[in-house]
Formats: sequence, C-alpha cells, structure tokens
Amino acid sequence: MERVKLENVKKSYDKQTEVLRDINVEIEPGEFFVLVGPSGCGKSTMLRVIAGLEEISAGSLIFGEEIVNDIHPSKRGITMVFQNYALYPHMTVAENIGFGLQVKKLGKQLRKEKIEEVAAMLGLSDYLSRKPRQLSGGQRQRVALARAIVNEQPICLMDEPLSNLDAKLRAHMRSELRRLQKKLGFTMIYVTHDQVEAMTMGDRMMILDKGIAQQIGSPMDIYNYPENTFVATFIGSPPMNLKKAIVQAGAPAIRLSSTITLSVEAELLEKLPDSVIFGIRPEHLVQPVEGSKIYKAPVVNVALLGNETLISLDLDGEEWICKWGGQWHYKVGQSLEFSINEEEVCLFDPETEKIIQKGMKG
Amino acid sequence: MKLWKRTVNVRVGLLYLLPSIILFGLFVFYPMAKTIYLSFFLTNQNGLPVYFNGLENYTFIFSSDEFRNSMKATLLFVVYTVPVSVLIALIMAILANEKLKGVGFYRTIFSSTMGISVAASAVVWLFLFHPSVGAFNNILKTVDLPAVQWLLDPDWALLSVSLTTIWMNIGFNFLVILGGLQNIDESLYESATIDGAGYFTKLRRITIPLLSPTLFFIITISLINAFQSFGQIDILTKGGPIQSTNLVVYSIYKEAFVNYQFGTASAQAIVLFGVVLIVTILQFKFGERKVHYQ
Ligand SMILES: Nc1ncnc2c1ncn2[C@@H]1O[C@H](COP(=O)(O)OP(=O)(O)OP(=O)(O)O)[C@@H](O)[C@H]1O
Ligand SMILES: [Mg+2]
Repeated sequence: MERVKLENVKKSYDKQTEVLRDINVEIEPGEFFVLVGPSGCGKSTMLRVIAGLEEISAGSLIFGEEIVNDIHPSKRGITMVFQNYALYPHMTVAENIGFGLQVKKLGKQLRKEKIEEVAAMLGLSDYLSRKPRQLSGGQRQRVALARAIVNEQPICLMDEPLSNLDAKLRAHMRSELRRLQKKLGFTMIYVTHDQVEAMTMGDRMMILDKGIAQQIGSPMDIYNYPENTFVATFIGSPPMNLKKAIVQAGAPAIRLSSTITLSVEAELLEKLPDSVIFGIRPEHLVQPVEGSKIYKAPVVNVALLGNETLISLDLDGEEWICKWGGQWHYKVGQSLEFSINEEEVCLFDPETEKIIQKGMKG
Repeated sequence: MKLWKRTVNVRVGLLYLLPSIILFGLFVFYPMAKTIYLSFFLTNQNGLPVYFNGLENYTFIFSSDEFRNSMKATLLFVVYTVPVSVLIALIMAILANEKLKGVGFYRTIFSSTMGISVAASAVVWLFLFHPSVGAFNNILKTVDLPAVQWLLDPDWALLSVSLTTIWMNIGFNFLVILGGLQNIDESLYESATIDGAGYFTKLRRITIPLLSPTLFFIITISLINAFQSFGQIDILTKGGPIQSTNLVVYSIYKEAFVNYQFGTASAQAIVLFGVVLIVTILQFKFGERKVHYQ
C-alpha cells in the first residue's frame, strides 16, 4: 500500500488559466479522502491528474517513493469509477466486471470465480447476464463499483459516483461504500460537490476552490476551525453567519450592529485589526442563557422543520439564521432574544478572509 | 352513418399522411406498378403497350447472354466496391478521430468527395484514365511500366470504374462512420486505458462493437447504391468495352431509351428490384444479429 502525495501540482489545459494551482497534499494508505468544492473548481481535473488521464503541467505526483508523473495509468495501481459509470453498453454485467481481468490475461476459471465473488459481495449475482441498459441506476452504480474492486488495486478513484441516484439510494450507497472501503482496506479518493457526503464519508477532506486547496483536515476539524470565510460558508448547512464588524479600541468591544456589541478582552484586542468579519454558526446563536449577555434582533422569517426551527434575523440589513431545537412559533417582526456562544465565534481578517481567532478569549 | 363515425380516426390519420402518400404514390408506387405492368407487354416506340406477352419478357432476358453478363458484371462491381470503400472509410475515420493537431483539415479533405456530383467526379477520372495524357499512365511511365488501357481494355474497365466509384463513395461513408465514432463515450476508452487495454484491444472490444449499427447502415446503403450505379458508367465507358461494364441499370437504360424495348427493360428492372430486395433481407437476417444497438 502506498501513500499518494501531490507536490506543487499545477494543471492548465490551455497554458493560460490554471485549473489547479499549487496543490500540496498527502493521502495516507487506507484513507477515505474526499475532495469537495463547488462546480468547476477543478475536482475532476485533480482526480484525472492522479489517474494519469491528464498530464501534469508542473509539480510532481508521488506514489510511495516513486514519482509517477509519466507512468501510464494502467501501471499506477489505480481503478476509477466515472461519474456516468462508463459501463460498456454492449457487454453483459459479467463481461463488464471481467474486462480488466481479461485484458490482464487472467485465466477463464479464475476470472469467473472473481467475478462471482465480487458480484455476490455487491448483490449483483442475479444480474450477471444482463446488459447495463436493463439495470436500474443503483444497480449500474454497483456494477461500476464491482468493476473497480475486482481489479484489487490499492487506490480507488471515484468522481461523483452517487450524483445520479435519488436521495434515499444515495444515503444507502454512502454507507455501503464506506463499509466496503473499510473492509477491503484500499485507499479511496472520492470527489463530490455535496458537503453532506464529504462530511459523512471522509476520514479527511480537502476543500478546493478555484483550483486552490482551501483547507485539508478531518470533517470535524474543518467544521469547527474553518481557515477562511470560503470554507466557513461552504461547509455547514445553513452556512455560518458572517458580518463585517467594527473593532472599538476604547471600549474595548466589537460592534456587530447598531444594537449588538460584544465586549472584548484586552489580550484579544491586540490581535485584531480595525474591523473584522464576525462569524458564528446558526446553532451557536442560542436561546437566552442566564448569566450571559442577551441580545435582541427582529425576526424576518421562521422555517419550522419539525425537529428544529430556523429563525432568520435582521442585523442592520443582513440576514442571520439561528437554528434552535424543537418548534418555535415566532412571528415576523417580533423581536427575538438570544445569546451568542462566545467560544464558537470565528473572527476573520477582512482583507485576506483568513481566520484570526476562534472564540472570544485571548 | 355508423361506419362514418367509426372510421373517424382512420380518416384523420389518412389526412395527415396525405402529403407523403401523394408524393410516394406519384414518384414511387405508380412508377413501380407501371413497371410491373409494362414488364408483361411488348411496346411500340412511344413506350405504349401493344401486345400482352405474358412471361415472355422474363424468359427472354434470363436466356439472353447479354443480361446474364450484365448481372455478373453488377455482382462483381458490388464485390469490388462495397467492402473496399467501407473499409477504407473506416480506417480513415478512425485516423481522423484521433486527437491530433490539424486533424480538422483532414476531416474536411476526407469528406470532400461527398460534395462532388457523380458527373463531375466521373469527368475528372476520365482525364486521369486517359491513355496518353492521363495521370495514371504517366505515373506508370515514370516507373517504366507499360501503359494500361484503363477504360478500353475489357479486363481493366470494370476495375477502373470500381476504383472511381470507391473514391466517390468514401466521402459519405467516412462522414457517417466518423459521426458514429464521435458518438462513443470517451470515458469508455479512459476506463479501458486504466484497465491496461492497448490500442487494438480498445478498437476490437469497444470501437467496432459500438460502431456496428453505423457500419450496418453504411453497408446496406452502399450495397443498394452499388446495384443502382449509373452515372459513372454512362460517362466513363457507356457499358463497354464489349459489355464488360454493362451494369444492370445501364443495360435497362439502353434497352429502354436506345432500343425502345420498354417491356424487356421493365422486366430487367423488376429482376434487379428482386435481387436488391433479397440481398437486403438476407443482410438484415444475418448481419443484424451481430449488431449491437444501444
Ligand atoms: N478538457 C478541458 N479543456 C479545457 N478546460 C477544461 C477541460 N476540462 C475542464 N476544464 C476546465 O477546468 C475547470 C475545472 O474543471 P473540472 O471538471 O475539474 O471541475 P469540477 O470541479 O470537476 O466541476 P464539477 O463539480 O462541475 O464536475 C473548469 O473551469 C473547466 O472549464
Ligand atoms: Mg467534475
């Protein structure tokens, strides 16, 4: 099993715009690594670069200790599941699964055994003689998966494999994929634009935007300690509330809106510029807590979801959302009292949008 | 009254079909019926049936050496032209489908014969075949080979006409096959590449099977076209020398419009129709089994 390492990897299709800019990451053997980002950010490109389907413009791709920039895709020890599955429409399920083995000149008997074993593992035994067009979306997806794992390569690449499935099947396949990966122990590099998928499946994830790696880490680390405002708003639903706030050196305090000002300790004040971007997740705008400061803001919308309620507030023209457990029947225009969980506040630099401080304690 | 109401759907349907019924009727069904009708008659110079001849016209053409010879020439012509033009077009399309620099230029060139009419290309080839100033004989001369009477030698004429026909058909075949190739999903090849499949494995296991509907279509069309070739014969050889390129359609033309034997000409046309029909049915019966439709 080998570590996958990207060093200063750059990729440009037209020699002008860089689709990947200086990617540095190490993916550990046996890890479930998720690549997530908005559409067009370069996820597929990065996967294809790792697979060897696209050439690298600069930098090196290292498997184990070996630089594999110029190694043929079939010699890299990878398999790949394509977004559209890329099943051969004229071959049966069994032929599809066995294609790679046949190309590698495996004996007929051995091939048959392996195909049957994998098919049984994925519940495809009854469909082996069917053509792909006679299968449902979920079954096709499993054939694509079977085709990948039957080759027993140490690294498996997947490009949004679940995006064509309906919500229920997708949830089911997520856990199935995850279970399979842990059982067989291969390294998974998994592309998705769905942050829920990224959060629930990945051991670690990388957030990509405009070809730049924004943050790499475990889902909870990234959720709790976003490195910049992009990550803070991309991960989490509803996204983190952000608002530009003025730092008042005299008080000392952070003035969030005309009615909301938070006092700051002197130690923290030293680290802050004249203004900051103040960030707080919806679930950390809590019901008033005794002993902590209580703020007020007018309600502009209430979304009752049954088990929780999303209450939108108006802060000097910007909409913030609080997420409270249970059902809360507020009326639009009413004033809502709430507290801010100060440990969870994120303060970002307004210029660089990078995080300066997590929590209001110096 | 009841019947009038019950057939309302049929009547509406017929109304929609009317334009094509009229067109087909006028240009296909009526001439065909008329041909069948004429094939049982002797006609006068104006093509009017004057004497009912029963099956005499058919027995006559089947016993005539001339007609048998022209059937043989037609079959040979089909065998010479169809496989070669499809194969060459296939190879060119595969080459032109590669992602290479400047490939668009070749695509245009390769498909260009499609834009040239049969008459124009036949005239060009007439010059190429010219015994003394033609390009082919000049080339032969430079490598010290004896000149060939391309269109005047009975042993060569059919081959020469076939060569012209192959060249003319390649443009269309190329374009259709290239279209078929471009319909094949690129990710299938990428997946096969990752599995370690080489160029020829991919060609044999992916390209050809997925192209089979296109190839089937092209072969069917080419067969029918070859059986019906006329223009290039008329311009290049006029059926000669010594009947060696007297393909059936040309023979029909001569019989009808040179000899004014509309009856036997019609009988030949009906026989040709039967042959093309049988060949097409056979092709669908045996060829289509190997075709994979998406
Ligand atoms: N073959 C190509 N030639 C030129 N530009 C390309 C090519 N493939 C992708 N791009 C460009 O590279 C950028 C990144 O594309 P990529 O497919 O990697 O995005 P992605 O993150 O996978 O998006 P999505 O979530 O929509 O699949 C896009 O701006 C795209 O237009
Ligand atoms: Mg993509």
